[in-house]
Amino acid sequence: MSDATAPDLSRRSGQNTREFAYRAVFFVCALLSILTTLAIVLTLLGDALTFFAEVSPIAFLTGTTWSPANDPVSFGVLPLITGTLVITFGAAAIALPVGLLTAIYLAEYASDRVRSVLKPAIEVLAGVPTVVYGYFALVYVTPALSVVFPTISTFNALSASIIVGIMIIPMVSSISEDAMSSVPDSLREASYGLGATRFTVSTSVVVPASISGIASSYILALSRAIGETMAVTIAAGNTPRLVDLTDPAGVFLNSIQTMTAAMVQLGASDVTGQSLAYRSLFAVGLTLFVITFLMNLISEWVASRYREEYR
Amino acid sequence: MSRDPSGWAPRSVSRRDFLAATGVAGAIGLAGCTRAASSEPKEVNIAGSSTVFPIAEAVASDFVQEYPDINVSVSQTGSGGGFSNFFCPGMTDLNNASRSIAEDEQTQCSDNGIEPIEFTVGTDALTVVVNPEADWVDCVTIDELRQIWRADGAERWSDVREDWPDEPFEFYGAATVSGTFDYFRETVIGEDANHRNDYSATEKDRTIVRGVNGSPYAIGYFGFSYYSENPDAIKALAIDNGEGCVEPSLETAKSGEYQPLSRPLFTYAAKESLADPAVEKFVRYFIEKAATDLVSDVGYVPITEEEKRKNLDRLDTALEDLA
Amino acid sequence: MAAETRTDETDFGEVSRLKDRVFESVTLAAALFGIVTLAVLLVYVTVDAVGWLDWQFLTSPPHPLAEEAGIFPALVGSIVLMVLIALVTFPLGVGAAIYLEEYASDGRLTRFIQLNIANLAGVPSVVYGLLGLGLFVQLLSFGYGTLLVAAFTVSLLILPIVIIAAQEAIRSVPDSLRQASYGMGATKRQTIRNVVLPRSLPGIMTGTILALGRAIGETAPLIMIGVPTTVFGVPNGLFAKFSAMPMQIYTWSSYPDTAFQYGVVSAGVVTLLVVLLSINSIAILIRNKYQTERS
Repeated sequence: MSDATAPDLSRRSGQNTREFAYRAVFFVCALLSILTTLAIVLTLLGDALTFFAEVSPIAFLTGTTWSPANDPVSFGVLPLITGTLVITFGAAAIALPVGLLTAIYLAEYASDRVRSVLKPAIEVLAGVPTVVYGYFALVYVTPALSVVFPTISTFNALSASIIVGIMIIPMVSSISEDAMSSVPDSLREASYGLGATRFTVSTSVVVPASISGIASSYILALSRAIGETMAVTIAAGNTPRLVDLTDPAGVFLNSIQTMTAAMVQLGASDVTGQSLAYRSLFAVGLTLFVITFLMNLISEWVASRYREEYR
Repeated sequence: MSRDPSGWAPRSVSRRDFLAATGVAGAIGLAGCTRAASSEPKEVNIAGSSTVFPIAEAVASDFVQEYPDINVSVSQTGSGGGFSNFFCPGMTDLNNASRSIAEDEQTQCSDNGIEPIEFTVGTDALTVVVNPEADWVDCVTIDELRQIWRADGAERWSDVREDWPDEPFEFYGAATVSGTFDYFRETVIGEDANHRNDYSATEKDRTIVRGVNGSPYAIGYFGFSYYSENPDAIKALAIDNGEGCVEPSLETAKSGEYQPLSRPLFTYAAKESLADPAVEKFVRYFIEKAATDLVSDVGYVPITEEEKRKNLDRLDTALEDLA
Repeated sequence: MAAETRTDETDFGEVSRLKDRVFESVTLAAALFGIVTLAVLLVYVTVDAVGWLDWQFLTSPPHPLAEEAGIFPALVGSIVLMVLIALVTFPLGVGAAIYLEEYASDGRLTRFIQLNIANLAGVPSVVYGLLGLGLFVQLLSFGYGTLLVAAFTVSLLILPIVIIAAQEAIRSVPDSLRQASYGMGATKRQTIRNVVLPRSLPGIMTGTILALGRAIGETAPLIMIGVPTTVFGVPNGLFAKFSAMPMQIYTWSSYPDTAFQYGVVSAGVVTLLVVLLSINSIAILIRNKYQTERS
C-alpha cells in the first residue's frame, strides 16, 4: 500500500465527487473477489444441500461404494477420497524431497547466473497445461513403467502420481527458496566461522531456520495435488475402489478414481440433469473445496509466521 | 515477474485504452441480457451415444467442409444421458442412440413438447473383448457373460470355468448413461440381477480398448467399431447363443447370425428442430451418408437402400407436418 | 542475501569436504530432475508430431480417421476464448489492484480481501467449473458449453493471478513519483492515470499475458460447463458452442489407435505448446523492451 497520500488541495466539489466515483469503481473490482468466493460457496452449498437432504452426510462420508448412477446407487465418497490420497501420497514422495533439495541448491549453492536460468526453467514445470501432462503420463510414462512392472494397467495411479509430483515441484522449490533466502546471513556467517561446511550450514542452519516456509510450501503443493484434475483423469482411470493397504503394489499399479476424476466423469454426461447424480457432483465439489481451502489457509498462516520471524 | 521499478518516461493516457477495454467487457455482459435480439447462429447440436459417435464424427467432418457456415458440435454423453439431460429438455437437435428411446424418455420429451423422430444409421455387433494374451478363451456363452458381469458375480477367471487361470478379472465396461450399457444389461444380465458396479466405467469406448490392451486378465465390451479399429490390440470373443460360436463381424451382424448382440444404431431428431434449415440439411446429409462406405470405414454396417428410403420418408413426413 | 556468503566462505580442512561435494551434486540433480524429465517428454512428443503436424492438420475439422483429422475449430476456439478472457480480466484485475494498492487503507477489510485473493488462486480449477455450471449455465441460463460461459468461468479462474501481478507492478512504482505528482497539485485520480498506470502498465501486461497462458491450457472447467466433446466449425457468436485445444486433446487422448496416440494427439499437443510459448514470449518481449528503456 502506497505511503504517499494526496494532500487535500481540492477546490471544486465536482472534483471530489469524481474522485469518489473512481474510488467506488475500483472498490467494486476488488470486492468482486469476495463475491467470487461467496458465489462458489453458495453454488456448491445449494445443490449439495439438496443432495444431503436425500443422502445423509454420514452415509456420504463413510460409505465405501461410489456408484452414482448404476443400480443400486450408492454415494460413499471414501473410495474417491482414498484414490485422491494415493495420488497425493505418490506425488508428495517425489515433489517434497526433490523440491526441497532444489530449493537448497538454488539458495545455497547456485551462482547468481545459474540461478537466473534455472529458476524460471523450473517454473516452466508449473506452466505446462495439465491435460498435456496427462497425455504424457498415459502414452510415455506408463509404457516406460511397464518395463519395470510388467503387470501395470494402462490406467494406473503410479504414472499419474509421478507426473503430478513433477508438476508441483516448482510450488515446493519456489516458496522454500524464498524462505531460505530470507534467513539472515549472520546465521550462516556464524556457522561458517565455526568451520562448518555448506552441507552443515544448509542442513543444520538454513533448513531449520526456514522450516515454517518449507512447511507452508509443502501444504500448498499437497493442496494442488489434491485438486489436480486432468492428469489423473487421463492417466489414473475411472475405477472407484477403496484402497487395499495390504497390497501397496496393487494400489499403485492399478486404476483408481480420484474426487476430481469422478467430477469430470459426472460432468461429461450429467451437466444439465437435475438428478441425484448431478447433485452428488456438487457434494464432491464441496468436499474438495473445503479440503483445499483449509489447506491453503493453513499454508498462508504458517507462511505468515516465517515472514514475521525475520522482520 | 514484474520487477520493473523506476525508469522510463511515463506516457500520458492509457485511460482511453482502459475505458475502451472496460466498455467492451461491459458490452459482453450486456449481450447476456439481449440474447433474444441477436440473430440465431446456424448450429446443429448433437449429444448421445459414444457407439454412434464415430459415424457422427465422420458425417459432421464432411458436412462442415461442404457447408462451412454451419457449426456442428457432438458430445459423448451416452444414449440415456443424452436423452434425459440434453435432448428432451430441448437443448440438442439430435441425439445419437445405440438403443431405441425408452418409454420414460418418450414421456419426458413430450412433457417438454419435443417429438423425437427415429432414424436408423447403421448396425453394430456389440463386442466382448479380452487381452490378446488371454489364449485360454475364444468363445463364451451368454450364461457365462451373465456370471461375469452381474453384481456379486465372478471375481476370478477360475470362478467361471475351472481351466481358466486363477487370476482376478479387471473389468472395463460402458458407463450407465450409455446405450451400450442398457443393451448389454437387457440382453445379457436380464431382469433378475444387476450389472456389477466395481468396474471401470466410461462413456468413451476407446478408453476400454486402452484398458483391456494394458492388462492380460481384463475383459470389456463395446461397439464393434472400436474393435475393428484395433484388431491387434485386443481380442474379440465369439458368442455362443446355443447354436455354436459366432465371431462378431460386419457380415455376421448384417446376416443376423451374431445374436443376441447385434443391434441397430439410431439418431433421433427433434421434430421442432427440423424447422431450422441447418438441422434439416444435416439430417438429410446424415441419412445419405449412412448408406455409404463411410459407415463401414468406421466399423459398422451401413444401412440398406430400403432403410435409407424409410428414413427419408419419415423426414419428409415430419417436414410436411411442420409446414 | 545468500549469495554474499559465497565470497567469504571459509576453507577449513578437507575433512568433510566429500560430504559437501556429494550433497551439492544431489541438490543439483534434484534441481535438474524435473527439467530433464520434461525436456525428454517434449522431445518425444515433438518427434512423434513430425509428419502429422502439417497445414492439413491445422486447417481441417476433427475426423475419426487419423489421416484426415485436424484441429482447426479448436485452435480458433482457443484464440477467441483467450481474447474474450483478456477483455474481461484486464479491466477488472487492474481496477482491483489499483484499489488495493492506491486507495485501500491497511485495515481489516483490505487484509481480508488480500487473503481471499490468495486463497482463490489456490482453488482447484474443477471447482471453478462447478461455479460456472451452477451460476452461468443453470442460474443465468447462458446455455451449456457456450463461448460466453467459458469466457466468464475461466476469467474468474485467472482473475486472482492477474490482480496479484498487477499489484506487484503498481507497488514497484516509486513513491517519490506519486509525491512529485501530488506536489504539482494533481489529484489522486490524475496521479493514477498519469503517473502510476503508465509506469506499471508493462508489468501489468506481462502478468496478464502470463495468466492468459494459464487460461489457454485449462480443460477441467470447460468439461464441467458442458463444452461439447467435438466441435466441427468455428464459433459464430457469443452463444455458440465451441471447442478449445486442450478439450480436443482430452477427447483424442482416449483414442486407442497408435496413429492417434503417437500422431494426431502429439500434433495437437505441440500446437497447443507452440501457441502457449508464443504468448509467453510476447510477455517476455514486453518486459525486456521496457527494462532496456529504463536503463
